[in-house]
Amino acid sequence: MSASETLTAGRVLRGAASVAAHLASIVVLLAAWELFARSGAVTMFVLPPFSAVAERIWADAADGSLWLNIGATLYRTFAGFLLACVIGIGLGVAMARTALARWFFDPIISVGFPMPKVVFLPVIILWLGVFDASKIMMVTLEAIFPVVTATVVGIQGVGHELIWSARNMGAKDRELLWQVLLPAAFPQIMTGIQVALPIALIVAVFTEMAMGGFGVGGNMMHASRFADSRGVFAGIVEIAVVGYCLVKGLAILRRRLLLWHQEAVAPSTV
Amino acid sequence: MKAVLIRYAPLLILAIVWQLVSQFELVSSTALPPLTRIAEAWFSLLTSGELLKNAVSSLYRGGVGLALAIVVGAALGIAMAWWRPVNVALGPLVEAFYPMPKSALIPVTVIWLGFGDGSKILLIFLGCMLPVTIGAFNGARSSEQVLVWSARSMGASRLRMLWDVVVPSALPDLLNGIRTALALAFILMVTSELIVAREGLGNLIGYLGANGSYDAMYGVVLTVAFLGFAADRIYQIFMHRMLAWRDMAT
Repeated sequence: MSASETLTAGRVLRGAASVAAHLASIVVLLAAWELFARSGAVTMFVLPPFSAVAERIWADAADGSLWLNIGATLYRTFAGFLLACVIGIGLGVAMARTALARWFFDPIISVGFPMPKVVFLPVIILWLGVFDASKIMMVTLEAIFPVVTATVVGIQGVGHELIWSARNMGAKDRELLWQVLLPAAFPQIMTGIQVALPIALIVAVFTEMAMGGFGVGGNMMHASRFADSRGVFAGIVEIAVVGYCLVKGLAILRRRLLLWHQEAVAPSTV
Repeated sequence: MKAVLIRYAPLLILAIVWQLVSQFELVSSTALPPLTRIAEAWFSLLTSGELLKNAVSSLYRGGVGLALAIVVGAALGIAMAWWRPVNVALGPLVEAFYPMPKSALIPVTVIWLGFGDGSKILLIFLGCMLPVTIGAFNGARSSEQVLVWSARSMGASRLRMLWDVVVPSALPDLLNGIRTALALAFILMVTSELIVAREGLGNLIGYLGANGSYDAMYGVVLTVAFLGFAADRIYQIFMHRMLAWRDMAT
């Protein structure tokens, strides 16, 4: 076995060990949940056992309502999130490159970022009604800020040498943007996008709770109104799994897209 | 003064456009009431004491929940960085629950603690704890090995080292984590009050909106937005002050 092969084998082993450790603590948590719920210390209403919740999710998956609800939530999350990414990156580039855009939007972004935008929900309902449009609008409104600020910081941080060299070799504005600025700023933009995705999911679930209808959030509120605590806990488990997959998926995508970047060599933290 | 005026001129322009657009009914003035009418409605809410009463109850929930989250979250994060077994046991759970949309917990906290303050405080505590934990963990883990070694060679006990070396070097990351938690606390406070509550600013907004008093509703919405903004600015000043020793050293 060559040195590099031993290294890979060691890495695989270590990876397997860490996956096992991860699974172990999740399994312990679920077992503790099950035992505590069955111990009689709390009623079935306050904490239904995990097995009952899992059964409920299984039944929902079998009759298709699970996929309908998760699909609706994901559609709103992604529609709002993608709008936030496209508009946010566009606005960020404009602010980093032109003084007029920076002058106009800078105070709006810096005042708007720390505000709890969810509070505008009644206003948005007043304008757009209670259907998908207002939910997607809320998601975009809350998720756009991290993308804009990350893009501005990223583009402004691109080294002058890079820009000058590109100009010197005859790059036009458009080429400069697509081939130099955006790739060079991409790690930071990606960080902003990674912050924005969980926010998008939080807001999507919240708007569904506030307005009802299909979706995991609406379904949980419905269950809660009928004192169906299994339904509520089923919703929590579903949304926790979805959130975990989305965040992990984006982290993997980042590693793929940034293979060329030096950060890929460095040990990753989360 | 002039620089400030130029910097914030866009906000002023937006406010003037808002006022003109609704004054001349370019859009329906129910959907977008003129700022002057909103200000009037806001003042009458203020003088009736309605606004203050609800603000106090909201800020009480947010404050208690956030304080608990900071204390427990910071202790947990530092413990995870300092004792390996704690990290092995709890690390995966923190990682699994961190991306979970916290608003999903609203109905559960209601099942557990009912419609009052308790359920909101629990929600804010649960939602804000993990960002603090992760900040404290990252900060404490990155404390410089040289400092740890020097402290040990000078005969510092483990606890003393924790307090004098690890906690101060965790401070910048920890304070950043708390900033994220502060923003989240406002979001969770308003969302939980909008969905299930009997009082609080979020509840007041929902109540005014349902009654069609949109002027007053806009007033309260802008108040909450301003409170969130002001809290963040004040916290930033506090954070700079707390970290002044670090800037002086470098």
